[in-house]
Amino acid sequence: MHPYTDSGSKDTRSGFGEGLLHLGKTNPQVVALCADLTGSLKMDAFAAEFPERFFQTGIAEAHMIGMAAGLTIGGKIPFTGTFANFSTGRVYDQIRQSVAYSGKNVKICASHAGLTLGEDGATHQILEDIGLMKMLPGMTVISPCDFNQTKAATMAIAAHNGPVYLRFGRPKVPNFTSPDAPFVIGKADVLTTGKDVTICAYGHLVWEALKAADALEAKGIHAEVINFATIKPLDIQTLLASVRKTGRVVTAEEHQRNGGLGDAIGQVLAMHYPTPMEMVAVNDSFGESGTPAELLTKYGLDAANIEAAADRVLLR
Amino acid sequence: MAAHIQDIPSQVRRDILRMVHAVQSGHPGGSMGCTEFFVALYFDVLRHNPRPFNMDGPGEDLFFLSNGHISPVFYSVLARSGYFSIDELKTFRKLNSRLQGHPTTHEGLPGVRIASGSLGQGLSVAVGAAQAKKLVGDDRLIFTLHGDGELQEGQIWEAALYAGAKKVDNLISTIDANGQQIDGSTDDVMPMGDIGAKFAAFGWDVMHIENGNDLEAIRHGLRTAISKTGHGKPICIVMRTAMGYGVDFMAGTHKWHGIAPSDDQLTAALAQLPETLGDYPA
Repeated sequence: MHPYTDSGSKDTRSGFGEGLLHLGKTNPQVVALCADLTGSLKMDAFAAEFPERFFQTGIAEAHMIGMAAGLTIGGKIPFTGTFANFSTGRVYDQIRQSVAYSGKNVKICASHAGLTLGEDGATHQILEDIGLMKMLPGMTVISPCDFNQTKAATMAIAAHNGPVYLRFGRPKVPNFTSPDAPFVIGKADVLTTGKDVTICAYGHLVWEALKAADALEAKGIHAEVINFATIKPLDIQTLLASVRKTGRVVTAEEHQRNGGLGDAIGQVLAMHYPTPMEMVAVNDSFGESGTPAELLTKYGLDAANIEAAADRVLLR
Repeated sequence: MAAHIQDIPSQVRRDILRMVHAVQSGHPGGSMGCTEFFVALYFDVLRHNPRPFNMDGPGEDLFFLSNGHISPVFYSVLARSGYFSIDELKTFRKLNSRLQGHPTTHEGLPGVRIASGSLGQGLSVAVGAAQAKKLVGDDRLIFTLHGDGELQEGQIWEAALYAGAKKVDNLISTIDANGQQIDGSTDDVMPMGDIGAKFAAFGWDVMHIENGNDLEAIRHGLRTAISKTGHGKPICIVMRTAMGYGVDFMAGTHKWHGIAPSDDQLTAALAQLPETLGDYPA
């Protein structure tokens, strides 16, 4: 059995909120902007404690991104907050020109990503954001797996000079990483060691991958679960070291198959170490209303689906 | 440096036409219409330090060009006010140049603080820079320029609403009201109505410069605008210009928005524009 225990389920967005508040107290250059979702993004504590460094833009995401780019001119480190859909797809050209191409030190922080947003349905359940962001030259893309890691990642990206997309979510999920673990951008964490199959996941699906590893273990299959919280830049070294050992790969993500972590890993393996691979992801469809658990099951993203993908890849 | 600021616009227009002609691409019309504005700003009004260029610009007035396609006038005035060598103007739009078709920070060209080209984004950036100045108690100002056609972009009005509502009163935004855009006159493509009234309705202090190709009128207008800052409202200047101003066969039509002059047209145009400061070497 994997050695991780849930210390009490929490939402990753609250990890962001705590990290941002900590930054407010420790780094005077950090400022925050929000487009009318302060409570949903858990930015209210920062806004209350540092009102002069908090900018409420109203429901105007394009303006928020541009304004954040402008705030960097003068040395501020702006953190923007809204839902993942409105953080990326809605403002893609603003991010492309005013942030990425202009090389501005903006931290785009996005909650309610993926299917696990739940009942609001497909208008809000963006499954393309990782792909959109990782295509932009110079953009760092991060999606932590739990509350503790989201808090650590929020603090880490303030110390990184350059644009970052930080993705997190709405539901309470198991909180199992160490509260003291520093977040290292670009470093994947091997959570369990195994010789038979490598399971690469990020975000909410890391816990599902650990559950799948337990189920596989019961069948005598030893899975190596790696948390790819940084999707770009990809930790190629850790990936190849594991795959050279296992010779089989499953990727798991709450995202479209096109443009996601599986794409990135498939590209690396095709060039450096061609390996049989299965991809657990949404396959060219939109989501719908439902509970997070129902949606993960219907769209084939839960632990049982990761386990089945491992079984399939072992037959190849 | 010119002995007289009045000598500069003619030279800037020569730069614009020669740059665009050399690569047979670029946007001369709007550039020529805004020449007096840029000269007044960079050679009279802005409190700025061209060298060494500091991206953050503490203690400096900052300018953001939102309608980035008029890069030729921007580059000419940046070079001639000391941000980089005027020789570099000959690299405009060529491979491996810092003078990209539209302005960008990406190649490290001094004087440019944000990429622009995709329209409608510069006002938001300027609002952010203005708020950054306020946060540190820097009393210098933020200036922007926008095309009138550019105001058709929705983000402009997001930013305008914010700046008015949040009292961003260290910001002076000028609208180049030349009444032209690529597909024709703004009245034909998408009538803009009363631009000043729109900004006033969004909480801005609005002024007008009726002859935006009169250098003294712009110098006076910008000084008046500066006197209005710090009173709880951003300042909007609606500046009436003629696209292509300075060359008789180019003035007042959208035809020269994005068209380069031929060899004969360049010769005819340069004959109308005295070489006051010395051309950059071809």
